[in-house]
Amino acid sequence: MVVDPFIFRLAIFILAIFVGYYVVWSVTPALHTPLMSVTNAISSVIIVGALIAAGPEGADLAKIFGFVAITLAAINIFGGFVVTQRMLSMYKKKKK
Amino acid sequence: MSANLTAFAYLVSAVLFILALRGLSSPETSRRGNIMGMIGMLIAVVVTVIRPDVVSYEWIIAGLVIGGGIGTATALRIQMTAMPQLVAAFHSLVGLAAVLVAAAAYYNPEAYGIVDAGGDLLVASRIEMGIGVVIGAITFTGSIVAFTKLQGLVSGNPVTFPGQHLVNLAIGVAIVALIVWFCFDLDPRIFWAMTVLSLVIGVLIIIPIGGADMPVVVSMLNSYSGWAAAGIGFTLENTALIITGALVGSSGAILSYIMCKAMNRSFFSVILGGFGGEDTSAARGARSDRPVKAGSAEDAAFIMKNAGKVIIVPGYGMAVAQAQHTLREMCDELKAQGVEIRHAIHPVAGRMPGHMNVLLAEANVPYDEVFELEEINSEFQTADVAFVIGANDVTNPAARDDPQSPIFGMPILDVDKAKTVLFVKRSLSPGYAGIDNELFYKDNTMMLFGDAKKMVEDIVKAL
Repeated sequence: MVVDPFIFRLAIFILAIFVGYYVVWSVTPALHTPLMSVTNAISSVIIVGALIAAGPEGADLAKIFGFVAITLAAINIFGGFVVTQRMLSMYKKKKK
Repeated sequence: MSANLTAFAYLVSAVLFILALRGLSSPETSRRGNIMGMIGMLIAVVVTVIRPDVVSYEWIIAGLVIGGGIGTATALRIQMTAMPQLVAAFHSLVGLAAVLVAAAAYYNPEAYGIVDAGGDLLVASRIEMGIGVVIGAITFTGSIVAFTKLQGLVSGNPVTFPGQHLVNLAIGVAIVALIVWFCFDLDPRIFWAMTVLSLVIGVLIIIPIGGADMPVVVSMLNSYSGWAAAGIGFTLENTALIITGALVGSSGAILSYIMCKAMNRSFFSVILGGFGGEDTSAARGARSDRPVKAGSAEDAAFIMKNAGKVIIVPGYGMAVAQAQHTLREMCDELKAQGVEIRHAIHPVAGRMPGHMNVLLAEANVPYDEVFELEEINSEFQTADVAFVIGANDVTNPAARDDPQSPIFGMPILDVDKAKTVLFVKRSLSPGYAGIDNELFYKDNTMMLFGDAKKMVEDIVKAL
């Protein structure tokens, strides 16, 4: 009997939902806006798919799609992480 | 690098992303968490670029430079009050990127190793690709509509038309049918038909949702962008993408849940939309001409100067008036005179979760002076002054006391329990829910009519 690799990926997916559930509930409400901007940045890891599409030689349709997707994902990655860092650096404790 | 090593590196990235979110449990650890997220992203990109099948770098570098430049410049310039729009815009980009990656995989499946013996796209991959492209397309156009509403390019009012739900349902059924069809037939017309229909439905499901429900919409689209990424992750058999998609998807879902709960509305009713429409017109008609007590900036300054404890309740109006910096000056002035200052934030204050916290942080308000609803609600009884600036419905006692009210049951900040309520507002117009606020007519309420920023400036002068 061979288990389809899809099942393993599904297992990873479902366990990751649980991890996400517990991790996100522990995020302090004061940081919910940075949470959204950082999740934005990390979901742009979809760039790996775009890189594979833009990687081969030549210039076919897939490559053009890949290039545009790289650009869009890069906007998100840089924009998301930079704006998150900017926000987080503003949270300060009371000066004693 | 072998395929196994590459896969392992993706796993490391995913773990770093989890730690990035984990860091957000407190402001002290959050900055380190964000750095970990960046490292995780760097690892994922580098191991992909050095794959043996990635041989041409010109387009990759061009895309990274252009995108990185635009992203960084935007992130450095954006005003904190515009954060909801920015996040909505970013969501749309994730959605479009998901659609494009799916399209790239559709036209060149060999590059992703998802073809069967006959050179056709695997059936399992077709389903995953279909789901990924559909959610991606909905995220894309839905976020654009949310962006235009938040940016004020279109009215924030719900757009409804007869038969709206039926049209949506029909399109939804058509999309599912197309995904099934796509499993049997790889015709590009099917692929693009389901993409286009998803783009249309993305617009249709967001237009009926009113401006003040935006915290839910933004969270919901955040969730969608995650599920889209996960769907593409299955197609590409990439664990980093699957894990990240699941994290982001559940994050957005939790935020949507928190927002709905804070408005005492079911997720379903927000999605169906049209709040502030016909069901609240009765309450609107009942608006009375009862007298209110209006005061001047000098009065407010006098009351607060002599108070022991003042709780500030900021809302979206503060963001619109950009009054957060002046507000902080006022608080500093009061603190110098020995008044205890706290800030109370309702979960749905503003246009996205945590929006007010960021604005106060921007204005240098220490985060340990800022409290959430549950933490501070019991303190209003002991407060001398509740200073409401730009908030409205979240302070309406009707939500607590009047079972007839459309917002009955929504958790509110009990500002009416403070000795005096100072309410900064332009006029007596109702909030987004279209209902009159009982608070205006209470004996212990003093209305401060005027622009929030101007009013606070005048109070600072009077202090």
